[in-house]
Amino acid sequence: MTDFLNAIVLFANFVFLPGVAYGAQLALGALGVTLVFGILRFANFAHGDLMAFGTMITILVTWWLQSMGIGFGPLPTALLALPIGILGAIALSLGTDRMIFRFYRVKRSATIVIVMASVGVMFIYNGIVRMIIGPNDQRFADGERFLITVREFRDLTGLDEGLAVRLPVVITVVVAAIVVTALFLFLQRSRTGKAMRAYSDNEDLALLSGINPDRVVAVTWIIAASLATIAGVLYGLDKSFRPFVYFQLLLPIFAAAIVGGIGQPIGAVAGGFIVAFSEVMLTYAYRRFFEYFGFEPDGLMQLLSTEYKFAISFVILVLVLLIRPTGIFKGRVL
Amino acid sequence: MSYLIGENMTGGYGGADILHSCTVAVEKGQIAVIVGPNGAGKSTAMKAVFGMLPIREGRVMLDGTEITGLSPQDRVRAGMGFVPQNNNVFVTMTVQENLEMGAYIRDDDFSETMDQVFELFPVLKEKRRQAAGELSGGQRQQVAVGRALMTRPKVLMLDEPTAGVSPIVMDELFDRILEVAATGIAILMVEQNARQALNIADKGYVLVQGRNRFTDTGANLLANPEVRASFLGG
Repeated sequence: MTDFLNAIVLFANFVFLPGVAYGAQLALGALGVTLVFGILRFANFAHGDLMAFGTMITILVTWWLQSMGIGFGPLPTALLALPIGILGAIALSLGTDRMIFRFYRVKRSATIVIVMASVGVMFIYNGIVRMIIGPNDQRFADGERFLITVREFRDLTGLDEGLAVRLPVVITVVVAAIVVTALFLFLQRSRTGKAMRAYSDNEDLALLSGINPDRVVAVTWIIAASLATIAGVLYGLDKSFRPFVYFQLLLPIFAAAIVGGIGQPIGAVAGGFIVAFSEVMLTYAYRRFFEYFGFEPDGLMQLLSTEYKFAISFVILVLVLLIRPTGIFKGRVL
Repeated sequence: MSYLIGENMTGGYGGADILHSCTVAVEKGQIAVIVGPNGAGKSTAMKAVFGMLPIREGRVMLDGTEITGLSPQDRVRAGMGFVPQNNNVFVTMTVQENLEMGAYIRDDDFSETMDQVFELFPVLKEKRRQAAGELSGGQRQQVAVGRALMTRPKVLMLDEPTAGVSPIVMDELFDRILEVAATGIAILMVEQNARQALNIADKGYVLVQGRNRFTDTGANLLANPEVRASFLGG
């Protein structure tokens, strides 16, 4: 029995909690991608770097707040700086739309042209971030690190294995739950949210109904930039901030949006967790886990080395596009 | 002068003209039907009246005011409702949300109008929480007409409202359209089912290659041997 509990705790500590946190971060990112796809009808490659930009602003403001001696008690100061980061990302998104995407929208360019434009935007964002904050790893998490440490857990339960509940993980889950609930209520209940869904469903009919497309597009960017910044800051608090890593996050985020069904917000959330748990579960070494069940494995019992985690997103992406291109919740086909 | 009139409309989608000095008109509380063979420019004439197709010559008048230069959105505000032939509902949204979107430009309380729509199409009230995409073809058309009625238009334009529905449903839809007209709304519609449509029409327009071929009351057109032989299958 103790062995069984130990195995469960081990699994929770190294697979479940990291998976939940990573899944929530991916879900927030994928929601932004899916909303932009639903309304503006293109896959925005600049989303990862938009996350990086918003996070960078948040970090700079966090550093400033820290230098002023302003903190947020046990919570990370970055949460105080987050609204400013969001505003920065919104300004960047609306500016980009005004200068670049609107041009192609008015011309009614082919989707692929707009996607390629977004790749260009991605490189520009990438350059801006590296010029301002540099390409290196930045840590900006402060406040309490743990809600429950491994030692406390062990003392509490008397088990050999410990379950560390890290504060960034808890913050990620709480913030993501609040943000996702608010977003769904907004889309389902509010007049503007319904107008966005109508525009996404049937653009021509939405225009006939008097829905203002410029407003819908602006609101979409505001939401996408907010979600991107929140996702980026949560990821940075949980792990660390490095521009290149955020660029790479684009792949699992796209995989999440597509698995769930692109254009479907609920699918983005489901997809985020599917991709996150696939990554964590396939790259975890189960050796100790099996030892608690009386096996003595020779190897690490690891299906894939962690360096291959991007391959998992890629395989998911390819499989979904081959087998069920509309995703779980019947989104659009890319 | 008719309540709504598209007068001597000439134009096309860039390139060759599709409409050649074509005129369609409708009075308040009446039904005008545009019929004709495939490719006669029936839908094009509708689009021209609604401003979805720029016309080179001619004009469109609504209640004595020229609206030729208005965009479709502005025509909705001016009191025109349009039900396109295809993709005329928000399939992922519920029936009620479809109607709410129809009333999007209204800032006042539109619950009364929604009640009227539910009274006209009782089945929609039953299915108000269901996604419009899950409804049958006939019910979808009711949603589409209901959506257009939410702005309380003075003119309702229907592009083949009975396309793809069964004859029984078609009869029912025509009954509903008559009821709508009875409330004083002018109805201009394009129909493939020419005979049935002319039956309920106050005015009929037979178009051929973008030109007015016959224009008369619905009854007279049905009685006209030439129209019967050429367009109504004898």
